[in-house]
Amino acid sequence: MLPGVRNDRTIRGKVAVVGIGETPYYKHGRAPEPEFTLALKAILTACEDAGIDPRRVDGFASYSNDRNDPSRIAAALGLPELRFSNMQWGGGGGGGSAAVGNAAAAIAAGYADCVVVFRALAQGQFQRFGSAPPGGTVSGEAALTFPYGLISPAQRFAMRVMRFMHDHRVKQEAQRAIALASYHHAQANPRAVMHGRPLTAEAYDASRWIVEPFRLYDCCMENDGAAALVLVSAERARDMRRRPAYLLGVAQGSEYRNAARGHNAPTYASSSFTTVAPHLWEMAGLQPKDVSVVQSYENFTGGVLMSLVEHGFFAPEEANEFLTFDNLIAPRGRLPLNTSGGNLAECYMHGLELQIEAVRQMRGESTSQVKGARVGLVISGPMVTPVSSMLLGTEDTL
Amino acid sequence: MSSAPGAPAYVLPAGMPRPVPEADKLDAPYWEGTRAGELRVQRCRRCREFQWGPEWICHKCLAFDMEWVAVAPRGRIYSWERAWHPVHPALKDRGPYVVVLVELPEAGNVRMIGNLVGDPVQPVQIGAPVEAVFEPHEDATPPYTLVQWKRSTR
Repeated sequence: MLPGVRNDRTIRGKVAVVGIGETPYYKHGRAPEPEFTLALKAILTACEDAGIDPRRVDGFASYSNDRNDPSRIAAALGLPELRFSNMQWGGGGGGGSAAVGNAAAAIAAGYADCVVVFRALAQGQFQRFGSAPPGGTVSGEAALTFPYGLISPAQRFAMRVMRFMHDHRVKQEAQRAIALASYHHAQANPRAVMHGRPLTAEAYDASRWIVEPFRLYDCCMENDGAAALVLVSAERARDMRRRPAYLLGVAQGSEYRNAARGHNAPTYASSSFTTVAPHLWEMAGLQPKDVSVVQSYENFTGGVLMSLVEHGFFAPEEANEFLTFDNLIAPRGRLPLNTSGGNLAECYMHGLELQIEAVRQMRGESTSQVKGARVGLVISGPMVTPVSSMLLGTEDTL
Repeated sequence: MSSAPGAPAYVLPAGMPRPVPEADKLDAPYWEGTRAGELRVQRCRRCREFQWGPEWICHKCLAFDMEWVAVAPRGRIYSWERAWHPVHPALKDRGPYVVVLVELPEAGNVRMIGNLVGDPVQPVQIGAPVEAVFEPHEDATPPYTLVQWKRSTR
């Protein structure tokens, strides 16, 4: 190495989340305010939570083609200067952890000092994800799929999960356990859209197929709302009023030729994390056994199942045994999962509610708190590309 | 399968999204092939690797020298799904239908997507042999031909 050149190429311990904010969560199409207003309110709430003057924010990161342009936000909020604006490529929720990682990288590199990660969705004002887009002709990837009725995200991912379940003899009950855990945790969470609407195993089994192997309750909701997180350097975080949640690692991407058109990804029965997850563990210097609590993006429960396998929590052949309701619930399950209710039962905030819940767990403030939680994993957007995941830790993990 | 008497027998109802070649013509030979009753995929002239979906470059040897070859229209089911919830207006009240992902052992195991012809609630087995059924849509503007799949014995 050249003299004077530093080679500490890791985000571990350098940046922390110091503020979180959300609007109320609504059923899709029910937001009483424009999407841009929701975005601003979530950002201001996160700044207030952090005890930071919003005028000190100097950067923004988002994902999945968020419609709310950072330059407009900066103008609307009267920011003295904008130093970083970043959009993670790719659709779905795959960019949730990557956006946090990108924001953190900007802080670590000195591009900006206080970066907000945000996502806002008011689907009543735009098109829903789970419906076919208007227009009579399609080309490219869509030409190979749409004419055959392979259109919605559920339809796009069902065959990946079907093949995985076939290869490893995974039972429907494994997916069911994931749905039941999310609904269970939502019952303790007054913010959750499905609060007060518990789900039983019988109701799951009786629910209609959306597309085999996904029943209704295997599929996420679609919602309106906005969420935001405030990130600053670890040095600054120590002076903030809230207990910092430190970033221990972030990884993003996907495996070899994941995007080969027409479902030709060589590693087809995958959540896209087979190459990503090892980078995450290596950067954080941690292993699955070190994790206290997991928030794993549920577009569909089968994606969670494969995500947990690919992050090393159990082998595919152990899925039926590991994925039980008792194992997945706080406070004492083997691996408490989606402790706010997540995309299935809290809110489909395109997954960013999962980052916020991970921060709450590190603060000890979750409505389904895991006692002594020290390390929280967030997995974003299984089965799309790129995907991403991140690890948060309390100060004593540094 | 279809509704009006005398209407063509499509697996899915008329009114589904219509495929057109990409603006840069990358996949035009594929769609021209289906019109001619041929299942065409790309093959690299230099390293002979089959490639699907289409791309301008060979992913294996990086030559910009892809040709289009007609391949045996038969394969085996690699994965499948049965869709029940209609997400497109043309599918409303249609009931379930099966989508299959078919692996082509005679073309480097590339995979093709189509519907499984026949009873929509039939049992489906991964690994089962299937053969292509060309489904021309002559009444569409412009006309196009889809490739569907039916169970076979070999």
